[in-house]
Amino acid sequence: MTKTTVTQQSQTIQGRVATAAGLGKVYRRGPEEIHALRDIDLSFETGGFYCVLGPSGAGKTTLLNLLGVMDVPTSGSLTVAGQIVADGEKVRLAEGKRDRLRLENIGFIFIEFFLIPTLTAVENVQMPLLWAGKEDRAYAVELLERVGLGHRLTHRPAEMSGGEMQRVAIARALINRPKLLLADEPTGNVDTRTRDSIFELFRELNDDGLVIVLATHDQELAGRIDRVTHLRDGRLAKGKE
Amino acid sequence: MQTPILQATDVWRSYQRGSETIHALAGMSLTVQAGEMLGIVGRSGSGKTTFLNQAGCLDTPTKGNINICGTEVTGMPEKELVAFRRDHIGFIFQLFYLIPTLTAVENVELPMIFARESRRRERALEALERVGLREVNALPHQLNGGDMQRVAIARALVRKPQLLLADEPTGRLEHQSRTAIMDIFRGLQAEGLGIVIVTHDPTLADETDRIIELRDGRISSPGRDSAMESSLKSED
Ligand SMILES: Nc1ncnc2c1ncn2[C@@H]1O[C@H](COP(=O)(O)OP(=O)(O)OP(=O)(O)O)[C@@H](O)[C@H]1O
Ligand SMILES: Nc1ncnc2c1ncn2[C@@H]1O[C@H](COP(=O)(O)OP(=O)(O)OP(=O)(O)O)[C@@H](O)[C@H]1O
Ligand SMILES: [Mg+2]
Ligand SMILES: [Mg+2]
Repeated sequence: MTKTTVTQQSQTIQGRVATAAGLGKVYRRGPEEIHALRDIDLSFETGGFYCVLGPSGAGKTTLLNLLGVMDVPTSGSLTVAGQIVADGEKVRLAEGKRDRLRLENIGFIFIEFFLIPTLTAVENVQMPLLWAGKEDRAYAVELLERVGLGHRLTHRPAEMSGGEMQRVAIARALINRPKLLLADEPTGNVDTRTRDSIFELFRELNDDGLVIVLATHDQELAGRIDRVTHLRDGRLAKGKE
Repeated sequence: MQTPILQATDVWRSYQRGSETIHALAGMSLTVQAGEMLGIVGRSGSGKTTFLNQAGCLDTPTKGNINICGTEVTGMPEKELVAFRRDHIGFIFQLFYLIPTLTAVENVELPMIFARESRRRERALEALERVGLREVNALPHQLNGGDMQRVAIARALVRKPQLLLADEPTGRLEHQSRTAIMDIFRGLQAEGLGIVIVTHDPTLADETDRIIELRDGRISSPGRDSAMESSLKSED
């Protein structure tokens, strides 16, 4: 397998890729308020591999959405890739700038693969960059080789297994050379053998310097990750740092 | 006579599973005219998706012919086929397949990016207006299911296809959103698109001009027939 360095720009100030202090998120649905996250203090350092472990409804997806600036906090401070997203009083980064921050720094992997059925593997991987007006087919091919799918370049999702689709999704998440990879229950839709091989791939990427935050309710998977943050009812519980 | 939007003639699609041959489609023939909405129903495994894949040039029949807007697509070289598909066919799926990290309007721009077209933002906004979505800068996770499907429909429409293929488009939606999506389809039909909708939903099927039922890769009952419809409903 070819070794591709996926983190050309992984250095950020103070060796931290993201920092949260007193972070909170309240969803409002009419008069109803849902406190999805309360008072979260966390920092994610260069080179780290982190796990956010918690049961359904604990706030894992909410946290990943905030770290990936897919959504903004309702309280607390958040800095991502050296940019202040929110500073305790208000959100500091405008929507367009958040889109840019995400595009330039973050890779996302979800439980569902979100591959476009009418596009080939290579096209699916290229997509985030094409959208930004760049085209790097060679790098897309390199990444597909990196995740072990060099022989599947022009296959469409329907012609692939779940594990293969998730690998395509991983290659796609890497196309923008992210500093931070956010994986929300990335192996929830695949069998245990595929889960293990995808986890190995995460390990290799992390060895290459990519910061990974993986959210899961799978205790066994969490057991293989050094830094586990326990979330329950939107709060941090005692971890095994 | 007008050139049909879709004409399938004796289409077969067979899969080899070990020593066994599975005929997912076993001689399907049908025609869809401009401005016509066809519903396809049938049990799980009857070949509905397989048929849409053939009609949409996502797969190649083992035997038989597919003609779209007067062009014989069977045997077309892959590169040409891809370009033809992008120019003539729009797809809508049960799972919306939106890119979660891109906003609604950016998702709609995607097909134009691949076709290297200009005025992308403007045309994407037009398509979103047509399907009635106002939150054009929202990310998919901030939208409800019905609105996500609107975005997916706008994406399917943005390059003005003549044939729209929808596989269980309302399968994940509640009643109100279903009605809204159906209204959009009817508007498109009035504009002359040929539409094929695969569905398990009898009320949705009722709204189409014509229903065919697939059984083991063949049409088991063609045309609208109320006795058949009620038997379908009772099977569900
Ligand atoms: N958009 C939203 N609007 C309102 N409430 C929400 C929204 N998103 C999440 N919530 C609520 O916030 C809480 C945390 O949800 P979140 O999705 O972050 O949990 P999770 O840990 O990812 O759960 P799961 O393991 O089921 O994915 C839940 O009570 C959920 O119902
Ligand atoms: N790639 C494939 N390889 C082997 N067999 C396949 C393949 N795709 C479909 N089949 C088989 O072809 C038949 C028709 O499948 P198809 O997906 O078209 O059914 P469907 O009517 O869409 O069902 P559903 O309502 O569950 O979506 C099934 O027996 C299925 O197992
Ligand atoms: Mg979640
Ligand atoms: Mg199907």
